[in-house]
Amino acid sequence: MSKASAALIARLESKFAGVFALSASLGDDVIVTVDPSRWIEAAKWLSTEGGFGFLSNLSAVDWLTREPRFEIVYNLTNFSLPQRLMVKLPVDGNPPSCPSVTAIWPTANFHEREAFDMFGIVFDGHPNLERILMPDEWEGHPLRKDYAIGKVPIEFKHLSPGV
Amino acid sequence: MSDIVKDFEARAQGAFVEEWDDSDELMTINMGPQHPSTHGVLRLVLTLEGEIVREAKPVIGYLHTGMEKECEDNNWRQSVTIVTRMDYLAPFHNELVYSLGVEKLLGIDVPERGQVIRILMTELNRISSHLVWLATQGMDMGAISMMLYGFRERELLVDFFEMVTGLRMNHNYIIPGGVWQDLPDGWRTPVEDFISIFPRKIDEYETLLTNNPIWKQRTVGVGVITQEQALALGATGPILRATGLDWDIRKAFPYSGIERYEFDVPTATEGDVFARYKVRLDEMRQSLRIVSQVLDAIEDGPHRNMDPKITPPPRKELVSSMEAVIHHFKLVTQGYKVPAGETYVSIESPRGELGAHIVSDGGSNPYRMHMRDPSFVNLQSLPVMMKDTLVADTVAAIASVDPVMGGVDR
Repeated sequence: MSKASAALIARLESKFAGVFALSASLGDDVIVTVDPSRWIEAAKWLSTEGGFGFLSNLSAVDWLTREPRFEIVYNLTNFSLPQRLMVKLPVDGNPPSCPSVTAIWPTANFHEREAFDMFGIVFDGHPNLERILMPDEWEGHPLRKDYAIGKVPIEFKHLSPGV
Repeated sequence: MSDIVKDFEARAQGAFVEEWDDSDELMTINMGPQHPSTHGVLRLVLTLEGEIVREAKPVIGYLHTGMEKECEDNNWRQSVTIVTRMDYLAPFHNELVYSLGVEKLLGIDVPERGQVIRILMTELNRISSHLVWLATQGMDMGAISMMLYGFRERELLVDFFEMVTGLRMNHNYIIPGGVWQDLPDGWRTPVEDFISIFPRKIDEYETLLTNNPIWKQRTVGVGVITQEQALALGATGPILRATGLDWDIRKAFPYSGIERYEFDVPTATEGDVFARYKVRLDEMRQSLRIVSQVLDAIEDGPHRNMDPKITPPPRKELVSSMEAVIHHFKLVTQGYKVPAGETYVSIESPRGELGAHIVSDGGSNPYRMHMRDPSFVNLQSLPVMMKDTLVADTVAAIASVDPVMGGVDR
């Protein structure tokens, strides 16, 4: 791990002791898992004083058998160093929900709509949380692991089920 | 409100309307998804007050084909054929960012020649992608000859891609571990020809457009976005560089040895359609500079990692070595396994930051593969560019964002 990465981890630890847990990473990546109860506070700090004013990417992972089941992944970029940080936020509940970061990084708007569409994760405080890629009347969330490929309603209505 | 809008309103009040009603009479109309200047199946819901756009809302998803889900059902090698179809104007970039991620998880290196070939193909691809943008932007602005010229020069590059990979688009050429085949005999001639022809052609485009009063009227001061807005909305690539920030992933997080080549990052400060046009033209010149350095830098050697666990053995070994047969059988039937872990890698595609978030659970298929496609994110800046401009200028703004719907909808 490079000096810059070590310095970043030390900064996170001194500002938010115990909030960020370090995960295994490769090369120069810094991957941390954040405590959900303090995420918004930490995000506000990261986007301003922390230097990570740019949200490159937001995606979600469905760990079907784990508890909590979902994980939101934020890829933040510090333009001035330059440096990257991957923050993972565990998401639980039925439907799974977590606070929206659109007020902190406006670019999260489309990303969060995509995560809602594909995984059914509800982002509290999102200005316009509706499906973005799938049709509005679609049932289910395609990227969930229990949604099989080809699981589309059959349109041959004259055939009896089970044929 | 820009002067042109004020001017228009003044004329409209005087000439066409006897009594100007100032009440908010808004009309909502659809632009697209079937509209020639939305470059694919982009739909915009425009709220108009007369001729002026008060609000624009992009509606996407008409080309969604579930590629990320599809990757989870194919092995690591096969998924290259899927990611290459996402941003279909920059297929090499899609393949490269995916391969870089898989290589990072596998912990393997790419031989020198493979890396140089990757730079050669991606930089030529940047030129061919920008040529399509220039051609279509020209067509949308009424410069039909630009459309013909752009596609004429792109044809030279597409022919070269076909010579190397066998396909004009969706090449499936850059794979985890290197590139799947070495460059064919005689590959230098078309590249050298292109390098000698193309600088003159860019100058020709500039004579045609840069000082053309009609072109300037349609582009200067149109579709303006500030640097703060661009950063907040996640816009990258030429859109961000046209606002004065020299942010380029090739400089910030170099990949495939790009740091060894000399090139500049062109910027402009106005943040309008014309600035983006200037930035992209200069980027084509810089890419050409990299390509000519590649011709000197390229050396003989293996073009892909020859680890038998990743790469199938050469055909001739199959008749003499039992081990080679076993490796071949395992790779064909199951593919290789990638150690559990996750990573985010990104490269500079013609449209901006192209990122791949790849998660492996130790299996032979990606557990999760998400592409951060620049077109998808850049579309969010369209409403800002279009607010309070004329309907006619929306076309210029869309073209200057250069969205590729295959990448937006995946």
